Amino acid sequence: MSLHSEPMTNPGTVTYGIEGDIKIAVRGLNFFYGKAQALFDNNLDIVKNRITAVIGPSGCGKSTHIRTYNRMHQLYRDQFATGSIQLDREEILTNGVDITSLRRRIGMIFQKPSPFPMSIYDNIAYGLKLNYKLSGSELAERVESALTKAALWNEVKDKLNQPGTALSGGQQQRLCIARSIAIEPEVLLMDEPCSAIDPIATAKIEELMIALKELYTIVIVTHSMQQAARVSDFTAFFYTGRIIEFGPTRSIFTNPRVAQTEDYITGRFG
Amino acid sequence: MTALIPKKGYSRDAVNLLVRVVATFGAMLGLFILGWILWTVIEKGIPALNLSFFTKLPTPPGMEGGGMINAIVGTVLMTFLAALGSVPVGILAGVYLAEMGRQERFATVVRFVVNVLVGVPSIIIGVFVYGLMVVPMKTFSGYAGAIALSIIMLPVIIRTTEDMLRMVPDSLREAGLSLGIPRWRVTVQIIFRAAKTGMLTGVLLAVARVSGETAPLLFTALNSPYWLHSLKEPVANLTVTIFNYAMSPYRDWQAQAWGASLLIMMAVLVTNIIARAVFNRQFRGRK
Repeated sequence: MSLHSEPMTNPGTVTYGIEGDIKIAVRGLNFFYGKAQALFDNNLDIVKNRITAVIGPSGCGKSTHIRTYNRMHQLYRDQFATGSIQLDREEILTNGVDITSLRRRIGMIFQKPSPFPMSIYDNIAYGLKLNYKLSGSELAERVESALTKAALWNEVKDKLNQPGTALSGGQQQRLCIARSIAIEPEVLLMDEPCSAIDPIATAKIEELMIALKELYTIVIVTHSMQQAARVSDFTAFFYTGRIIEFGPTRSIFTNPRVAQTEDYITGRFG
Repeated sequence: MTALIPKKGYSRDAVNLLVRVVATFGAMLGLFILGWILWTVIEKGIPALNLSFFTKLPTPPGMEGGGMINAIVGTVLMTFLAALGSVPVGILAGVYLAEMGRQERFATVVRFVVNVLVGVPSIIIGVFVYGLMVVPMKTFSGYAGAIALSIIMLPVIIRTTEDMLRMVPDSLREAGLSLGIPRWRVTVQIIFRAAKTGMLTGVLLAVARVSGETAPLLFTALNSPYWLHSLKEPVANLTVTIFNYAMSPYRDWQAQAWGASLLIMMAVLVTNIIARAVFNRQFRGRK
């Protein structure tokens, strides 16, 4: 089913049952922190309008992997990636890519909520204003719609001028989600978005993700197997920088084909 | 393996007590000396601080009613000019070190040089500017004084700017970049905002630092008993005036030197308190 020019052939990864339009195709991705290699020959297809979960023990390269999709690693001088990542069949790891517009298309939510040091309203409006030409009323509409989609509007509509940092952790994280979806990215990368917030806020964010997948393609890194099982359509199991198994979430959790995957999801290691 | 036998606590308690006593004594000694200086300067300075001190020009020794308005204006003006030069350059250099040049070798060199510059005695900077400006221009001048002060301020501002920017977590930079915001905007509109009070504190502390400098001005702005006419000639300033008056045999000049000392000390104290208040408010707000 891959739209990528090269079919997915990787003896290291057991892949099956990936169906749908491919939004992102990763081929032969290697990643280095200086001389230390962190990812080895990663191959993955991210399906459009689906949630793909990335699971695996700490330090296995999950975050490293998804941070290459929007080239966030470029902030750090000694980090680099080799191989190929295609977004809608266009290579994004080459030099000529406009990184700013790439990041507008691929939004990211981080482990730690990181609202900007400005008002709740401006947290959303800032990115919108920089990326699009909008009139004042249109801007206000889009801010409201983003906050509504992120299930935060009712909690903040009376205090839009208060600083974003004054919100609770769970609210801050939903503010960050609203900020990302306001600029209408095509893909949403979520790097352990619920690890710093309580179960109620987590439940809200999970509901949100399921609602949002109609509009966006979502990739979530998570340490919670239950979370992966609850929200995702496909799951990739990472171990020591390699993708061990990749398939439909239901199959991975009920009938894993590789012994290592089974050991991990049943809690025997990791 | 044998069982672990806990050490007896007596000697540890004794060492603990000793360190506590010595450290407390050290702290009290510092506080005592500061209090002593403050007390002496206040006691001897207050009688000199009257209206004419703040409004009149200096008078020759023996004549009553002289003031230091020219020196106050000169010091404020030169400090302001020095800040005007060193604040933008210092902040830009700090931004380079913290944001762009992180892992670059050049940044390591710059950081080392800045650290050395912080430690250079201010009299050396005075002599340097003397050779650089006073000798070729054949006159002491307010400009030379301002440049000497700005050279002293520069490394302080670079270092605090870098430190404050580094305290902003990378997650905020990444969050900005992930929205497709260009790097320079992330720095100026997000990171600066997060670090602004820290940076302001740095500037205030640098101002406080130079407002008490004497040696660099002695070689550059010199001093003057007259009104400020031009910055191209010697300019009156508080610190060199204190130096001259305090060394003079005249009692009224000596009293005025105490008054000027009290004025500078209060200005530095107030600047430091403002800097602390600004800094604390931010960090209480952030939690």
